[in-house]
Amino acid sequence: MLQSPLRTPLIEGKKTYGSITSDILNPMMNKAGKFWYLGMTIAGFAMLFGVFMIFWTVWQGIGTWGENRTVGWAFEITTFVWWIGIGHAGTFISAILLLFRQKWRNSINRSAEAMTIFAVICAALFPLIHLGRPLLTFFIFPYPNTRGLWVNFNSPLVWDVFAISTYFTISLVFWYVGLIPDIGTLRDKISKGLKKNIYNFLSFGWKGSARDWHRHEITSIMLAAIATPLVLSVHSIVSMDFASSIVPGWHTTIFPPYFVAGAIFSGFAMVQTLLIITRKAMGLEAYITESHVENMNKILIATGSIVALAYMTEMFMAWYSGVEYEHYAFMNRATGPYWWAYMIMIGCNVVSSQLLWIKKLRKSLVFTFFLSIVINIGMWFERFVIIVTSLHRDYLTSSWTMYKPTIVEFGLLIGTLGIFFTAFLLFIRIFPVISIFEVKSIMKTGDQHQYETESSHEK
Amino acid sequence: MLQAVRKLLDNKETITDVLSPFPVHGLDETLSIKRSRIPVGGFIFGALGAILAFGFQAWVFTVSYPLIIGGKPFFSIPTFIPITFEVTVLFAGLSMVTAFLIRSRLKPDISFKPLDERITDDRFVILVDTADKELTLNRVKSLLSGIHTLEIR
Repeated sequence: MLQSPLRTPLIEGKKTYGSITSDILNPMMNKAGKFWYLGMTIAGFAMLFGVFMIFWTVWQGIGTWGENRTVGWAFEITTFVWWIGIGHAGTFISAILLLFRQKWRNSINRSAEAMTIFAVICAALFPLIHLGRPLLTFFIFPYPNTRGLWVNFNSPLVWDVFAISTYFTISLVFWYVGLIPDIGTLRDKISKGLKKNIYNFLSFGWKGSARDWHRHEITSIMLAAIATPLVLSVHSIVSMDFASSIVPGWHTTIFPPYFVAGAIFSGFAMVQTLLIITRKAMGLEAYITESHVENMNKILIATGSIVALAYMTEMFMAWYSGVEYEHYAFMNRATGPYWWAYMIMIGCNVVSSQLLWIKKLRKSLVFTFFLSIVINIGMWFERFVIIVTSLHRDYLTSSWTMYKPTIVEFGLLIGTLGIFFTAFLLFIRIFPVISIFEVKSIMKTGDQHQYETESSHEK
Repeated sequence: MLQAVRKLLDNKETITDVLSPFPVHGLDETLSIKRSRIPVGGFIFGALGAILAFGFQAWVFTVSYPLIIGGKPFFSIPTFIPITFEVTVLFAGLSMVTAFLIRSRLKPDISFKPLDERITDDRFVILVDTADKELTLNRVKSLLSGIHTLEIR
């Protein structure tokens, strides 16, 4: 096979199949560095803090939060939507880019999928504790009961339960199917002991047969094909939690596409944050290259611009519709008591992402890392603006009020960040952070060195 | 590797299996592996999921416990669609993965021993069916003499 002189290779340096295996596995087989322990300690403390705050909420009741009768949804639902949105980029990378045959995704999909799973776990916590009585969660599932009652299938909140549990299951299964061959590699690299037995158990007896690979590929592509509409449906349904109400500022038909674009926008920002740390910490610079970062930055510009367009459309429609309540809701959003949240949202999401048109900034890792955190903050505030500013002043002026979060609510946000990073740090020590077999399959097989290591033997 | 497979097949050897560390493109056609029917199974189970989900919601709202919610009709098709869709995807996805695991005989098995521990790293193995071990071994050796091979056993 010829190596094209025109296209830059997707992975850098002269690699053989063997060196790919060891490059990806060695950082996780060796002892963890002190940065890993440092990260684990911080994340662990954050998680403990959050667990305590969950306990406190359940023990004392939702009165420990800043919500009141007017603003019944605030910090927690904001954080819920934020986490769900972050999860969406993982599915976008693993499923949609697979369908479009974007081969550069092969070195980032594994960690992005892991991110999806952990983010969905964090997200699912919030509706649970928001119920006030988490022990009664089973009420939201349609099960036969003595009262003869069922759940209300007309309600987007019930759709949400189905959407998120399906999304979590399919993401988990998709991730694990991709992991099986790589767990096989791990199993064969570890010589003996308990670890080998565990990986042997988890590898499901993978042997790399041509027929198995054929089925593996078909299953993966079919899962990608069904995960694609799934991911779009999940955030559309989340947006309908708002859009199907009559609250001015929520009651808009633009919500589903607007939320999906925002979700992918914030998710890619989180992928950037995680991958820039991971490639440095694990020494994977040859696999997660600058061009990966640049490609993802291009997606950030695209989705960031869609989000900006959505903000403008909302404003325009508020004026053009001639509905005075709509008009007031949006004016209040931008110039009312929460104007600062609106400015953070515009500044972090619209202004900052447009800077990526400059090629030098797009290629800079330091800038991208900084920007990704800014975007994550901005996207959190977007949901805060949508939820709180719409609720705190609606039709009844007598119930207008302000919302102020409490330390318990901040604790829950910090706690889920702790859970997320603890899970991610454990993941990079337990499973290969890059899909080994997929990287091998996109390797250029042109040079002589490669040819010599490629070999076959018979039986 | 593909070259070796083609040569063996051209000379009427029976290749039982090829083991590789990653999917080799073009191997499916060369070995004439039939396209897997996993997607068909996925479609059938997906359709089943759709019927079950839609049917259940319709039954609940028209037969079991009809309830007026916001003045909407009992049998309101549009509001049944999201859950129907989610259940369809869930059934299709899980059935395809189950089919994949069953057909490839993959299951948690602690006593599993791979043929060679280097297959999942960087080695390719062609398994040839042998009626007469000595004879086939010699034949395969002469066939593959022009191709870079590491080991024939």
